[in-house]
Amino acid sequence: MNNIKKYNYFIFIEKITPLIAVLLALLVGSVVILLIGEDPIFVYKTLFSNAIGNRDGWGNVLFRATPLIFTGLTVAFAFRCGLFNIGGEGQMYIGTFLAAWVGFTFTDLPALILIPLCVLAAAAGGALWAAVPGILKAKMGVHEVIITIMMNWIASSLTFYLVLVYKAPATEDMKAAGVQQMIPHTSEIAEAARLPRLYHIFKFFNIDFPSYNQVNVSFLIAIGIAILAYYILWKTNLGYEIRAVGYSPLAAEYGGISVSRNIILAMMISGAFAGLVGTNEVMGFKYRWRQELFTNLGFNGIAVALLGKNHPLGVVLAAILFGILNYGGAIVNIYTEGRIPRELIMVLQAVIVIFVVISDELVKRIIRRRRKIA
Amino acid sequence: MPEVILEMKNITKRFPLVVANDKVNFTVYKGEIHALVGENGAGKSTLMSILYGLYQADSGQIYFNGKKVNISNPNVAINLKIGMVHQHFMLVPPLTVAENIILGMEPRKNNIFIDMEKAIKKVEELSENMGFKIDPRAKIENISVGTQQRVEIIKVFFRGAEILVLDEPTAVLTPQEVEELFEILRSLKKQGKTIIFITHKLDEVKVLSDRVTVMRRGKVAGVKNTKETNQEEIASMMVGRKVIFKVEKKPLNLGKVALKIEKLEALNNKGLPAVKNISFEIKEGEILGFAGVEGNGQTELVEVITGLRKASSGKIFLNNQDITDDSPRSIREDKIAHIPEDRRQRGIISNYTVAENLILGSHYRAPFNRGLKLNFTAINNHANHLIKDFDIRPTEKDNLLKSLSGGNQQKVIVARELYGEPKLLIAAQPTRGLDVGSIEFVHQQILNERGKGKAILLISADLEEILSLSDRIAVIYEGKIVDFLDPNKTDEREIGLLMTGSTANKKLLKKK
Repeated sequence: MNNIKKYNYFIFIEKITPLIAVLLALLVGSVVILLIGEDPIFVYKTLFSNAIGNRDGWGNVLFRATPLIFTGLTVAFAFRCGLFNIGGEGQMYIGTFLAAWVGFTFTDLPALILIPLCVLAAAAGGALWAAVPGILKAKMGVHEVIITIMMNWIASSLTFYLVLVYKAPATEDMKAAGVQQMIPHTSEIAEAARLPRLYHIFKFFNIDFPSYNQVNVSFLIAIGIAILAYYILWKTNLGYEIRAVGYSPLAAEYGGISVSRNIILAMMISGAFAGLVGTNEVMGFKYRWRQELFTNLGFNGIAVALLGKNHPLGVVLAAILFGILNYGGAIVNIYTEGRIPRELIMVLQAVIVIFVVISDELVKRIIRRRRKIA
Repeated sequence: MPEVILEMKNITKRFPLVVANDKVNFTVYKGEIHALVGENGAGKSTLMSILYGLYQADSGQIYFNGKKVNISNPNVAINLKIGMVHQHFMLVPPLTVAENIILGMEPRKNNIFIDMEKAIKKVEELSENMGFKIDPRAKIENISVGTQQRVEIIKVFFRGAEILVLDEPTAVLTPQEVEELFEILRSLKKQGKTIIFITHKLDEVKVLSDRVTVMRRGKVAGVKNTKETNQEEIASMMVGRKVIFKVEKKPLNLGKVALKIEKLEALNNKGLPAVKNISFEIKEGEILGFAGVEGNGQTELVEVITGLRKASSGKIFLNNQDITDDSPRSIREDKIAHIPEDRRQRGIISNYTVAENLILGSHYRAPFNRGLKLNFTAINNHANHLIKDFDIRPTEKDNLLKSLSGGNQQKVIVARELYGEPKLLIAAQPTRGLDVGSIEFVHQQILNERGKGKAILLISADLEEILSLSDRIAVIYEGKIVDFLDPNKTDEREIGLLMTGSTANKKLLKKK
């Protein structure tokens, strides 16, 4: 039947709208590049060939994508339960700080215990911070957006205070110069709490990969978490209930599903994902906690989830795209000696998100018009 | 030969999955009441949406007063003096009657200020012409559904309509209100207005209309002068086969008391008493029908029994076991099945597949849930089994529920709720909005359960349904049971009066 074909065609278009949006956004970007008197083809070529044209580039892209996978999943998972968790930022601060604290406090533990403990602390910190808006929403009906925003500020200030409490001691140089430690960061976490870089794994398989590349085991954890999120949502009883609450709380309640229990659980799982950013930035990269490491990663997760259509696979792909733009943008900046500022690439990211929203709505309208409503 | 005011010729409208209108010819004479009937999905609403400019036909022409017109949007239709009253009213609740009526074409004072005095006068004039009174200053949220419908009708004529299209106008009305609506429509006809009346209640066609067009599966199945046809003929044209109107009921075979309600009280969402001191019993093998105008506590009563709402006082016993204020899950486990009145909000998850919807409520138990993982083999087998037994169409278990017709959505709910042998079935408005074929099916299922010795609580605004299915009737008004009636010794008129609170009239009736 021709009609069925047409219908399937629209469903297909609906699924790939983000791709169309990305292409449109690149087109808009090239207009902007032309306006500042540069050659868009050269810019894009530099961007993509450096970001994904070689292994080092890929490593850098995946390193930048890793935290965005976590924060993207944070938003996507909560969204499946009908919740708009924009508190990923705060949940991330608390989770990552807790991971760092475990890492620099229990320095005597062996790696086999300390690494899982740090990962657990990261997840638990995020989950606890997200439980507050979850409980308030479930029991008192307070809107989660308000509470999560407020909790972001509390988390930001709280961790900043804690950093001063656990500030790293002055280095030998500082002592010699007679000054105190001025950088607001914590002590380093124990060697045993650090995640190895992927270089070591590649070396084991005799694959050539630069040892200085920062991509680390956290990326694998992120992929594992994405798979876990998919499995929970679509293969388990818990996921059935969470999505039922997201689609229709009234029908869920009627079906004997506890709406409040699932809201709290979904928020906590969502928050745990945010906390896990600590596996990358703390356990795999800087080995200590400093607030600037994380700034805006949580908020960027919203854009990633939107672009990835709140599906774990989409989130991973969107995070990688943002990784490409992020790293490629930095390279373009260097290659053009600053004539193409990094900010332009951030503009590109924003334009992509705007286009996704617009094209999504457009396609929905077209489909709605074509589909029988009567 | 009467004058033709409207002619729709060879209208075809395709949607991706269905041909909604297939070369439909539809002719309306000036000054007639024309009934447009057909099952759900027969294409009536699509045809009227094309007439009103909400949809564009893929092919075909519309002639108005003999002239070809292109109705590209509702404004064109309004300019042609075509007005439509939708099934769901388009009114702004906090505004007054007059404000709603003039919305979009307010009379002005000095070109700036709204001339409310003039508006109110005009509304009063219009309503008097139609033979009823209405308070133009009353707020919409404070007036009854029947009155709201009149506001909608006045609104249409305020815009100067000559043709009035009513989409299933009686679905929300009490029998008395229906009678009053028909009076209004007849008086409009006398004034020379033309009325198109969409319905699937055949008795209404008979008493009200001059002519009737029957649609089936997107095509016109026949056009008749109402006087020259009868309900059986129209029904068989609608369905395409003979329809059994009278349900076959086996003799009553009562068992022990299944459900016992004692002095139950509950509040509504606004925190006001909605269920007031209600007590009753249902025995096994019995259907107790609750008749009442919607919003008189039926919703709250069902919600309290099913655990969706807390009782403020009173007790509920199932087989002598106290289940008051148990959780919805535990009540389901006690084998109370519930066909909810609000199908779309409560009964289904429209973004879930048929298979997923068929396990709602038992999804967490074996065999559907096994350890950490859902058991998709069991879920799919269950779905295929029920799709076959209950004739759910289309038969694909992975279709999203929102792609199914209302009748098939209801079949999904009925299939799910009857599965697992409930002890008590609560069926609230089980056939609302369904077509003749689906109604027959649902009624048959309910009677089957009765035959199997299940207790059934039936709640319906459709008195015919209450009268034909129930073994006992409880009439509910403002949260109280006004009276219990024997369906064999009462009629729609008596129930209708009781459910509008006219207990005084009841005594008069009894005297006669």
